[in-house]
Amino acid sequence: MTQPAFDEPGPAVRTPSHVRDIMIRPERFPNIWCPGCGIGIVLAAYIGAMERSSTATQKHVCISGIGCTGRAAGYLNLDSFHTTHGRAIPFATGMAVANPELEITVIAGDGDLSTIGGNHLIHAARRNVDINVIMVNNFNYGMTGGQHGATTPLGARTHTSPYGNAEAPFNLPYLVAAAGASFVARWTALHVRQLSAAVKRMMEIEGFTFLEVISPCPPTFGEFNSYPEALDMMQYFRSKAVVDPNADLRSVGVTARPEDSLVVGNFVDKRRESYQELLDLLRARASERRQ
Amino acid sequence: MSKTQGLLAPGSYFMMGNFACVEAALMAGCRFYAGYPITPSSEIFERSCSRFPQAGGQAIEMEDEIASMAALIGASYAGAKVMTATSGPGFSLMLENISLAYIMEAPCVVVNVQRSGPCTGIPTLVGQGDMLQAKWGSGDIEAIAYCPSSVQEFFDLTIQAFNTAERFRTPVFVLADQVTGMMWEKLRIPPEEEIEVVNRQTMDPSRKEAPFDYSRDFNPMPIVGSGCRVNIDGLTHDSRGYPSTDHTVSQGMNSHLIGKIRNHAREIWKWQEYMTDDAEVLVVAYGSTARSALAAVKEARARGIRAALLRLITPWPFPDEIVQKLGNKVDAAVVPEINFGQMVHMVRESTSCSVVGVNWAPGTPIAPQTIIDALEVVSSR
Repeated sequence: MTQPAFDEPGPAVRTPSHVRDIMIRPERFPNIWCPGCGIGIVLAAYIGAMERSSTATQKHVCISGIGCTGRAAGYLNLDSFHTTHGRAIPFATGMAVANPELEITVIAGDGDLSTIGGNHLIHAARRNVDINVIMVNNFNYGMTGGQHGATTPLGARTHTSPYGNAEAPFNLPYLVAAAGASFVARWTALHVRQLSAAVKRMMEIEGFTFLEVISPCPPTFGEFNSYPEALDMMQYFRSKAVVDPNADLRSVGVTARPEDSLVVGNFVDKRRESYQELLDLLRARASERRQ
Repeated sequence: MSKTQGLLAPGSYFMMGNFACVEAALMAGCRFYAGYPITPSSEIFERSCSRFPQAGGQAIEMEDEIASMAALIGASYAGAKVMTATSGPGFSLMLENISLAYIMEAPCVVVNVQRSGPCTGIPTLVGQGDMLQAKWGSGDIEAIAYCPSSVQEFFDLTIQAFNTAERFRTPVFVLADQVTGMMWEKLRIPPEEEIEVVNRQTMDPSRKEAPFDYSRDFNPMPIVGSGCRVNIDGLTHDSRGYPSTDHTVSQGMNSHLIGKIRNHAREIWKWQEYMTDDAEVLVVAYGSTARSALAAVKEARARGIRAALLRLITPWPFPDEIVQKLGNKVDAAVVPEINFGQMVHMVRESTSCSVVGVNWAPGTPIAPQTIIDALEVVSSR
């Protein structure tokens, strides 16, 4: 029997071997992610944005759901939460309302946020609750071995769509913008600088912000869908990504087919009152009513 | 804002049980409510939306009960005392995140105003069908629950539920029912100094101690934004909060979560006895059914049957020693419930006497006469 870690609190003083080790929990590495996965790139973009944000690191909170991307929060040296499948957004909503000073970022996968948690996604956007949502979209449920979900392109093959996917996927920027988000963007795991800049912008905005990051997933999606090697999908991003911040969002759905283009950019950046701001006004009215 | 701003002044009120629950939550220091409307608990939600902002708090409406329960845990880790209220089907939806609150050790109060079920059932009528769901519905957990029988007790036990949740860092249920929820009765709100309010211990970020020390029952809670930088996980986790599949860690964590409640069960138990000294038959009841049971015991006594009442105020953790002590002294126990047999199993497991269930669940309370009939049958055997 291996010895339990009951008496081992995290090291009080870290000796960084990398300049960013202070932002992560290096004792938890190596991480669980497969070679060629894009989640680590997203994590680095988030850390970079956090370093440049005006909010103290102590006030940053990262909340994840379940799945490959669901493990992101736990690798960060922050107040981090690994919640139930699909429920990171309502968890974050409660926390954001109870303490508006926090800078809360949800990092989770496409299956978690848009399939099992799709209802929470649209309602949080509708309320314009001041949280940031980073969705890593790898077109499938990776951790459970590769099943299709609400983002799997029509016709794509997974273990639960062996003859091709019979469901049309969500066009997420269009959906979340229609639901009322203050900021909507899409980038890929290739666009590291744009990613980090987008996340920093999300931290500045008072309101619901949403970033979809298209990510390679060589073993459980790419293998069966034209991108078997780690770099294959990165090559696709390089050759077919089109930066168009003014794109008509109705037309930005993703097919993930090698011949089709992939529209990326910061699509929406607008100001409207956040949920917390409106709740504060409500509380002021309640206080007047009482007197 | 002062601590008492927005609270009702001490004194006597005529109030609905569901309203009394909200006033109690405010008195206990609760300032965050997340809910979803469902009969017959909606008055708790509505009054919270009216009253919480007046006291400097917030009551928010989520898209479903799953989201409500998730929001509670997030707010609890932000440092707030938190509550939601629901009924049967909503409670079922909350169960997964109740287990998240349990494994994350997030104090919260979940009120279930039970209605006639199963499923949508009869939303406007009474039931007591969620008693076992509260204990076993979330998996292998140890639950704490209170069952009020009156408006006053709905108030008192809601405050108690918050105090217990804060002390034990765990979800605590108030298992009311449609009768106690919608009944209007006299309520006495005591002066502030008479109300005991317990606040959670919070983790000192400058002390680098293990956040989940499983060798002790209670660990201070790391509140977000205070600099603790702790990972809080729904996966089985070690003393640092890191996910683990090690069986020693798993057994240690689960023993801690169960043990912190079981080791203190005697401090949590609440019950009430009526005429148990010379009893030959014992009625074990809870919630609104205990009112019928009390009337039945009095009438049975008038008819010469040496009946007694044991009212379970805390169904969970089940006060087995009390039931055993009283049950072993009598010939038989009668357990009336507005369901088809739930707590009767716990009573049967705890005593050597013959145990008979009185199960009536068409959506109406159990009439005293129904219990008297059962007492006459068992006492003539």
